[in-house]
Amino acid sequence: MVFFLQNLFNGIMLGGLYALIAIGYTMVYGILRLINFAHGDVMMMGVYFAFYAATLLSLNPLFSAIVAILGAALLGFLIDRVAYKPLRNAPRISALITAIGVSFFLESLAVVVFGAIPKSFLKVFKDRTILNKVLTVAGARIPLLTFLVIFITVVILIVLFFIVYRTKIGMAMRAISMDIPTTALMGVNVDAVIGFTFALGSALAAASGIMWAMRFPNVHPYMGFMPGLKAFIAAVFGGIGSIPGAVLGGVLLGLIEIFLAAYFPAFMGYRDAFAFIILIVILLVKPSGLLGKKIVEKV
Amino acid sequence: MEKKLSARTNFILTVVFLIFVALLLYLADRYMDSYKLRVVRLIAIYGIMAVSLNLINGITGIFSLGHAGFILIGAYTASLLTLSPEQKAMSFIIEPIVPWLANAHTDFFTATVAGGVLAAVFAFFIGWPVLRLSGDYLAIASLGFAEVIRIIALNAISITNGPLGLKGIPEYSNIWWCYGWLFVTVLFMASLVNSSYGRALKAIREDRIAAEAMGINVFKHQLLSFVIGAFFAGVSGSLYAHWLTTIDPRTTTLGPMLTFYVLIMIVLGGLGSISGSLIGAALFAILFEWLRDLEEPFTFFGIHVPGIKGMRILVISAIFILVMIFWQRGIMGREELTWNNLYRWLFARRKGGEEK
Amino acid sequence: MTVTDLSKKPLLLLDHVTMQFGGLLAVDDFTNEIREGELVGLIGPNGAGKTTVFNVITGIYTPTKGRIVFNDIDITGLRPYQITHLGIARTFQNIRLFSDMTVLENVLVAQHHVLSNPDADRILVKHGKPRKGHGRFWFWRAVTKIGYLKKEKEMVERAKDLIKRVGLEKVMYEKASSLPYGEQRKLEIARALATEPKLILLDEPAAGMNPKETEDLMEFIKQIRKDFNLTVLLIEHDMKVVMGICERIIVMDYGRIIAEGTPKEIQNDPRVIEAYLGREWESV
Repeated sequence: MVFFLQNLFNGIMLGGLYALIAIGYTMVYGILRLINFAHGDVMMMGVYFAFYAATLLSLNPLFSAIVAILGAALLGFLIDRVAYKPLRNAPRISALITAIGVSFFLESLAVVVFGAIPKSFLKVFKDRTILNKVLTVAGARIPLLTFLVIFITVVILIVLFFIVYRTKIGMAMRAISMDIPTTALMGVNVDAVIGFTFALGSALAAASGIMWAMRFPNVHPYMGFMPGLKAFIAAVFGGIGSIPGAVLGGVLLGLIEIFLAAYFPAFMGYRDAFAFIILIVILLVKPSGLLGKKIVEKV
Repeated sequence: MEKKLSARTNFILTVVFLIFVALLLYLADRYMDSYKLRVVRLIAIYGIMAVSLNLINGITGIFSLGHAGFILIGAYTASLLTLSPEQKAMSFIIEPIVPWLANAHTDFFTATVAGGVLAAVFAFFIGWPVLRLSGDYLAIASLGFAEVIRIIALNAISITNGPLGLKGIPEYSNIWWCYGWLFVTVLFMASLVNSSYGRALKAIREDRIAAEAMGINVFKHQLLSFVIGAFFAGVSGSLYAHWLTTIDPRTTTLGPMLTFYVLIMIVLGGLGSISGSLIGAALFAILFEWLRDLEEPFTFFGIHVPGIKGMRILVISAIFILVMIFWQRGIMGREELTWNNLYRWLFARRKGGEEK
Repeated sequence: MTVTDLSKKPLLLLDHVTMQFGGLLAVDDFTNEIREGELVGLIGPNGAGKTTVFNVITGIYTPTKGRIVFNDIDITGLRPYQITHLGIARTFQNIRLFSDMTVLENVLVAQHHVLSNPDADRILVKHGKPRKGHGRFWFWRAVTKIGYLKKEKEMVERAKDLIKRVGLEKVMYEKASSLPYGEQRKLEIARALATEPKLILLDEPAAGMNPKETEDLMEFIKQIRKDFNLTVLLIEHDMKVVMGICERIIVMDYGRIIAEGTPKEIQNDPRVIEAYLGREWESV
């Protein structure tokens, strides 16, 4: 029971982190039908921004996080403006290939500017007590951090849902995901809204990355690759284009990953492979995902 | 009427060209320093990687990102067959090698072919699920499979020696093997593309539904393209392993980064053009080596600049993004560097346009 | 007066075919028989389900209910490439040419299926029909070029012949995307003919054509029916074409057949007039 509870909370936390990143993928895909390969790397950049804000500018952890999130949002916006916008009318493959290029560009930029040697995110915190505190719930020892992350994730999601479903710009985002030309005819500045979408998704990814780094303090230029890929898989799992789907997919993926590793420790090394297996199964069985809609191509 | 050179002229020009190339290779082999020769050999290996990916991505229009997986399979298969039983016994220190591999030992040619065949077999089984997906999903699924292959290579220690990799692989990939295999690959590809099957693959790229309506079994042809591309990727993997002399499943040597490099080659050269892929491969190899200097300290107008690691990939990614935004068609576009085309481009203009 | 020549063999039977997409009933209990050699028109207002019927016949969609029998073979559920091999060809409403390939290559591609369709051939043989495939191992023959060059030459000759027939020799080596609209339509028809069909489905072949082009097209359709022993089923909005060349007309609305008969009978049918609200008739 204890074992189960520990893994349950771990799974929800991990799932929440995946969910925040997955939302960015799903929003961009919903609008542009583009898999933003660079998304995971934006998350990585966000973590580095927080790291340097704390260590170079000596900001406290909260301000570092805010600076990093804003920085990542700006970065996401710029990437769209510079690399993807020129290819709006090109074949989709071109945008996809470019996204791969941007991903590698960001990773190598991090190697050059920040160095390939991993850094410890613990340096952001002068007072480490919050990271080490452990609570006991029904006999299970669970780090306070886990609860904190889950709590913050829920708060972020509430804010996000408010933005997407209760604001004008959120409505514009949803409209664009259905029909770009018509939305433009309605007087919406499509490019600005798309830029905002990228910024919003990037901000979420950065938030997720910072919390990730609090839990797993190993910071290096390639840290965004795997989580990014898995978050994308989560988005597809939940139904690409659907924000609730991304959340559901993320949480489920996190739970599956944790429980598989916990109850089948022999497969520890293959842990990452499970996500891909889930992806392939989903794409074969129900490609629209758990909450997605089937799109029939008109001939 | 299209102005064409006669088949005989074509043949003669090609033969002369090949003799010329063979001569160049001979001279390179004898007189070039071993460092430059290494790059020349690598160009051929990259060439096979590029041409094989070009068949899948450029000609058939299947956006596969799993090429590194097939290269890895070829590399490991061939190496495990060319390493002597003693070498293997020495290398496998974490876990001993499985018995059926321990004594397997064969010559370079057979090992390379085996590498290609095994990669093709994997492609066949991977293709079944993956090719049913549309563009973007296919890309991720193929990447996923390549990653799964890499993760298996990392964990199946009794087969692959896990993270330690294989060392001391005999350096069999001399210039003749490299360019010999390149010749076979290009010959095969050119012959395939210039046939009804080639047209069928291009039709699939242009419009899948129309292709199917014209009687083409789209899935079967895509699978065919995928498997053939994987075969030659496996071959290139073997040659690569015997050029590197040490392989391991880390992301840089045989992971997504390698797929990215090959993607750059074919995009730069022109997606869909065989000659473009070769040009792209050569340019990439040369550029990559040349950029290596950027990572060493150098003096720039009297200013001492310290070497920055990782600059190479940064510059290459930046170039790649610029190419995609401003020059998508690449160097050759979808055209080929045939004698006919050369003739047209060089001489037809002077006569004031094409003859009607 | 019966409109169908019962002496001709039935070629295509649609038996209570229904096509449902989720909540949308696109084709509703469509039953009809088309005999060899007929030239039949399928008309109806936009959204009536006409192209969906084509898509069901050619296998792009599998009908929710009902079956399709072609040349005594039940083709329900077969894949489009198999159905093409069995002898049904089509053109598309929104032209689907292979844009980056030349006119010649477009027509050549349509001949590929005889080299690579063993499963469709098996279906033919099972039903006692002659195989359409030209043998086996064509892939290896094509790559090694052993025993292949003659076949390629034959295919090219056939393609060039078809291209000449539709009047496109001048642009034979041009890319399909560079052709003017009218020529693109002709190319689509030439391409469909290259698959050696018994039945050809033309989806709005006259769309976007001026009166002269339309007249040429009408002559052309009648001519190819004769020359190639074809059965023709066409969807059209241009009533001049429909009334001009169709021997029999099927009228659809909301997925169902609402009327069927000769051009004269259809012209005077109140149900048809109501369905169109008299709009189309002004142009006749």
